[in-house]
Amino acid sequence: MADQKMLDVEIQRQDSTDSSPYWEKFKVPYRPNMNVISVLMFIREHPTTVEGKETSPVAWDMNCLEEVCGACSMVINGRPRQSCSALVDQLTQPLKLQPMSTFPVIRDLQIDRSRMFDSLKKVKAWVPIDGSYDLGEGPRMPERKREWAYELSKCMTCGVCLESCPNVNSGSSFMGPAPLSQVRLFNTHPTGAMNKDERLDAIMGDGGLANCGNSQNCVAACPKGIPLTTSIASLNRAATVQMFKNFFGSDHMVD
Amino acid sequence: MSKDREFYLRRLHSFLGLIPVGLFLIVHLLVNYSATNGEAAFNKAAGLMESIPFLPIVEWVVIYIPLMFHAFYGVYIAFTAKPNLKRFGTTRNWFFMLQRLTGIILVIFIAWHIFQTRFQKTLHGTELDYNLMADVVSTPWMLAFYIVGIISATFHLSNGIWSFLISWGLIQSPKSQKVTTYITMIIFVLLSVVGVMAILAFT
Repeated sequence: MADQKMLDVEIQRQDSTDSSPYWEKFKVPYRPNMNVISVLMFIREHPTTVEGKETSPVAWDMNCLEEVCGACSMVINGRPRQSCSALVDQLTQPLKLQPMSTFPVIRDLQIDRSRMFDSLKKVKAWVPIDGSYDLGEGPRMPERKREWAYELSKCMTCGVCLESCPNVNSGSSFMGPAPLSQVRLFNTHPTGAMNKDERLDAIMGDGGLANCGNSQNCVAACPKGIPLTTSIASLNRAATVQMFKNFFGSDHMVD
Repeated sequence: MSKDREFYLRRLHSFLGLIPVGLFLIVHLLVNYSATNGEAAFNKAAGLMESIPFLPIVEWVVIYIPLMFHAFYGVYIAFTAKPNLKRFGTTRNWFFMLQRLTGIILVIFIAWHIFQTRFQKTLHGTELDYNLMADVVSTPWMLAFYIVGIISATFHLSNGIWSFLISWGLIQSPKSQKVTTYITMIIFVLLSVVGVMAILAFT
């Protein structure tokens, strides 16, 4: 074990939401095929800094460990991504881990993604099927359309697109690309489309669609390869039509 | 200002940037270009513009009001962005930042330009002719400032056409957006050549 290769890890830590961040450096023994989560797990077991100082274990969020839940997102070497699918062999050293700055930090790398879930509620990102009686079957969805819509449904609300967007920050109320793309998904669904005007009106309100400045970082950063900018451009067209409908149209807002 | 009206203000901002402000810029650059045919040609072209009936009303409705809305709301938009070029050095992210940077430059440049030209006519009744502009760009610093201003304007308009087409939902697919990027950059180069050759004709 004399020649044990060590990894240099630098972590931006923060004790609570309001306290100021600080950096700590760690050394972690290298094993083949490590991901960032396993690096963090080692630090949790051995919370000692490079200087030999005993410190508290680093806090972070994780759940599925296969890049489908979005919980373990953080900024790794300057890039927002999931720490479960970030492999150490593909990263340069020192490993720099930071929380995603767009969201309030709970502790260390743990962040509060509530603003995204609030946005999903605001844009009604669901298909309403509840009734006081059996509503029966909905309209059929063409298979090719379903296959295409499946790509949009891969969104895991991880927040990477919000972190990469220059227009999502503390000075703006922009909800970001993810909830917008969900509007496109649910407006595509044959049953969901029955409320498409409500979703469009929601994204034509405060913090909605118009805040996009087309820097197109989101589509480059999305770990699921969701065509976010195409969704936004498509919603722009739908919103243009809806805008004229709302002003000039009669009472048929949906059709 | 209610944030609920944001959508309509942004759409208005996008629309006014092209019509009438963008169209006016093109007409303006073309009139300037007549200076390459000599002093008399420019004075004739500029005189033609000044002979438009109801000129003060046309100036306010077609130029000043749309331009001021576009400028002041644009400054607000520019300052709500948080640049992250270091993390994402893509072409589109650069254009995003350049659009905001040129916008800020243009607010300063156009204010100065109007003060040096149109405002002097209001104050002192100065003739807006070839000699006035030749005086303005007689120092190398002022000439450089004008060239920066002109290139900022042509970039801001060309890239603005691209984002206009997206904001109104006309181009959606990544391919159409990419092709439009090339087309608008050709427009940028052509307008810049016209603009810079025109200003050099005054030196």
